[in-house]
Amino acid sequence: MLYDLGYFALLISFLLAIYAAGVAVFGAQSQRMPFVESARNAALLVFPLLTLAVLIVVYGLVTLDFNQAYVADVSSRAMSPFLRVTALWGGQQGSVLFWGWMMSGFAATVMIRKWQRDRELMPYVIFVIMGTLAFFVGLSLFITNPFARLWHDPATGEIIAAVFQPVGTMPFISQDGQGLNPLLRHFGMIGHPPTTYIGFTGFVIPYAFAIAALITGKAGEDEWIRTTRRWTLVAWLFLSIGLVLGGRWAYDVLGWGGYWGWDPVENAMLMPWLTGTAFLHSMMIQEKRGMLKVWNIVLIILTYSLSLFGTFITRTGVIGSVHAFSKSAMGPSFLIFVSVTFLGSLLLMFKRLGTLKAEHELDSFLSRESLFLLQNLLFLGITFAVFWGTTFPMISELVTGTKITVGPPFFKKVTGPLFAALVLLMGIAPLFAWRKQAVAKLGRALLIPFIGSVVVMVGATLVHWPQHPYPFALFGLWLVSFVALTTLLEFWRGALARMHSQGENFLAALGHLLSRNRRRYGGYIIHLGVVMMALGVVGDEFFKAETQGTVGVGQSLAVENYTLTFENLRVYPGSDGREIVEATAKLYRDGEYILTLQPRRDFFITQQQPVTVPAVYSTPGEDVYVLLVGWNEISLDSSTFKIYVNPLINWVWAGGLTFIMGTLIAAWTSLEDKRTASYVLRPEAPRPSPAPVGG
Amino acid sequence: MSSNDIVESPRSTTNTLHRPRHARMKFIVGGALILGAVVYLIATTTLSTAQYYLTVEELRGRGSTVVGKNVRVSGAVMGESIQYDAQALELTFTVAQVSDSPESLQAAGGLAQALAQAVRNPQAARLNVHYLGPKPDLMRPEAQAIMDGQLREDGTFHADTLLLKCPTRYESGPRS
Repeated sequence: MLYDLGYFALLISFLLAIYAAGVAVFGAQSQRMPFVESARNAALLVFPLLTLAVLIVVYGLVTLDFNQAYVADVSSRAMSPFLRVTALWGGQQGSVLFWGWMMSGFAATVMIRKWQRDRELMPYVIFVIMGTLAFFVGLSLFITNPFARLWHDPATGEIIAAVFQPVGTMPFISQDGQGLNPLLRHFGMIGHPPTTYIGFTGFVIPYAFAIAALITGKAGEDEWIRTTRRWTLVAWLFLSIGLVLGGRWAYDVLGWGGYWGWDPVENAMLMPWLTGTAFLHSMMIQEKRGMLKVWNIVLIILTYSLSLFGTFITRTGVIGSVHAFSKSAMGPSFLIFVSVTFLGSLLLMFKRLGTLKAEHELDSFLSRESLFLLQNLLFLGITFAVFWGTTFPMISELVTGTKITVGPPFFKKVTGPLFAALVLLMGIAPLFAWRKQAVAKLGRALLIPFIGSVVVMVGATLVHWPQHPYPFALFGLWLVSFVALTTLLEFWRGALARMHSQGENFLAALGHLLSRNRRRYGGYIIHLGVVMMALGVVGDEFFKAETQGTVGVGQSLAVENYTLTFENLRVYPGSDGREIVEATAKLYRDGEYILTLQPRRDFFITQQQPVTVPAVYSTPGEDVYVLLVGWNEISLDSSTFKIYVNPLINWVWAGGLTFIMGTLIAAWTSLEDKRTASYVLRPEAPRPSPAPVGG
Repeated sequence: MSSNDIVESPRSTTNTLHRPRHARMKFIVGGALILGAVVYLIATTTLSTAQYYLTVEELRGRGSTVVGKNVRVSGAVMGESIQYDAQALELTFTVAQVSDSPESLQAAGGLAQALAQAVRNPQAARLNVHYLGPKPDLMRPEAQAIMDGQLREDGTFHADTLLLKCPTRYESGPRS
């Protein structure tokens, strides 16, 4: 039968992954290439096999085979075929399989593309990836199998989910499925899990190359970094997209007017992103200056381990979270796997410290290197703070016997100043020269942005101070405008130089500037995206306003200079099994009519779950976010609304898009990359150099 | 990072002997200062924002020592106790003691069962809760309520935030 085929595809993938991991190492150690080739073929075969398994699960979800436990859990008749496909990552079993499938795809790609170039590293790359994959496919196979079927036990009347028929039971086919959790039926949540998983699994490639480089004693060269630079960037890009989509989902669906709640599940995703960002920056220093080699290895080990840790937190429900995840039996095995990965990698690194000597020393505080190092420290500081706050309840319970928690105020207070320092660095670091920066020159470069930003801040103070006396907000505004100006000025200077030297007009110069230096200017666009997001965060943090109240027909609620007048309420059945209660209300600004809003409450009958759908009046300046939170069920003549005014929140989304665009530009292959080696400063290092370790 | 390396390195012999060591000290001290500042920030903020996460029984056990302090409490919502005044946006309800340790949850057969048992158990410790705000969607009998707020002198708990979990909606429930 089809599902047995899926099961056997999983089983064979599992065996092949173990075989490949073992034989690759054996072949490399004994210098027998045929074994390595065989390992490669086995590893390549895992991808089509897992693809088959995934397709069979999807087939079951779409054709609604309710004998399948997973299908009965996450699919339902009322769901559209598209939603049924996305149910693949809507539950535990499907997610774990999807994770493994992604990773096998990346493994196959890297083995095909880089086989000739990185021959020496490849056996160990296969070992690392296939070892990890064996673990995940093993989870699918033995603990959370997507091919489990439902069986009815006539003796006890129980319904059992199992792969093989338990004794004395009969196959059971459910009438309908539970269906995807209604909260997850949103574009953000359809895109968020796969992008996040691509991000998480993508980091296995740089990690595997780093480990392979350590084992072969080649970690001091930057082959592993150059081979995996784009992989890192792409993994990081998907993690960024996942974060943005997740935030947007929370804003649209969870109905609390915010997008980031410092929940363990969100933090779990943020941590690898933070260390990944640090890694992306510090690997530039290894490429250009041959420094920070130990540091880079530490960062990629951390990033990958945190990716695994993130998957562990989200998929095992070990830390209490408001998010809808179930507890599961994967916990212990997962924790052991994460610990072994992390500690084993660090141990290996310490054994190979001798191969990681730096080729240069740090020369001066006023150099790009030291600012990068500072930036790295800040990123790690934030990561540690987030880790600390996230695991604090568990740790405090272990140590004191009582659970002690820290909430959003902790995260805001600790990370706020550190993020602000990072934003400042982001503005000035690109102006610093490698090795040593002359102070006077730096001062001249920063003068215009400084004056400009002070003008903006003073202007904002004059306009807003009486109503909004927030010194931190004004500082934030200064910071954002200062960094925006320095970054924009970089574009301006670059374009101006091209206009003079090439005789191009401004737009052509700007275009060429971008296409000739994708990494650099893509990076600056990312920085601009961050600045835009920072502006949104400042607005949201300091100027948010809200009100709530119950009003009858024709009555109004007011917040800031907005008024919302309740018109009527109607109840009607919607598609995919929901009953909709919809209020109609008119929004006025300063007494002037703007538009009619229809906030809703959808009740999903099968799942017995309500979903609040906000109505939003969205402008670049602010969002008016209206929720229908209650009503008179009998007469329908009164409604309870909650209204948020979220200033500048659209800058968060616009910044996110800019950020993603910048990353795409930086990651795009260009001829220039291949022609000019990126490490211009390297030749001056006397090689082989017995210079001391610097990182 | 042994000092021998520095002396032997051709680069440092061309420079003055002490410069690189001095330069490196500078960076080590600078880095240590920054790390110290970060650790200080984390430590002080932890102290100022940490709050107990207690069950109803633990809260009752601590008695007057926690009155007025910010704490987080979790309990099982008693269905018949839910009262909501839509005009005033005033919500009151009672929660019953439910343990959050994985062992006792497992013994009960999952969170959903543990919550159901807690509500039916007349011996379970109880807590009256007062909350100002719209009634959340998931405010239902046998939901798990997680509340941040303060215990008052009169023994009621005033919740500033209210989170609810309905485990049957999230975990695979009965299939019939």
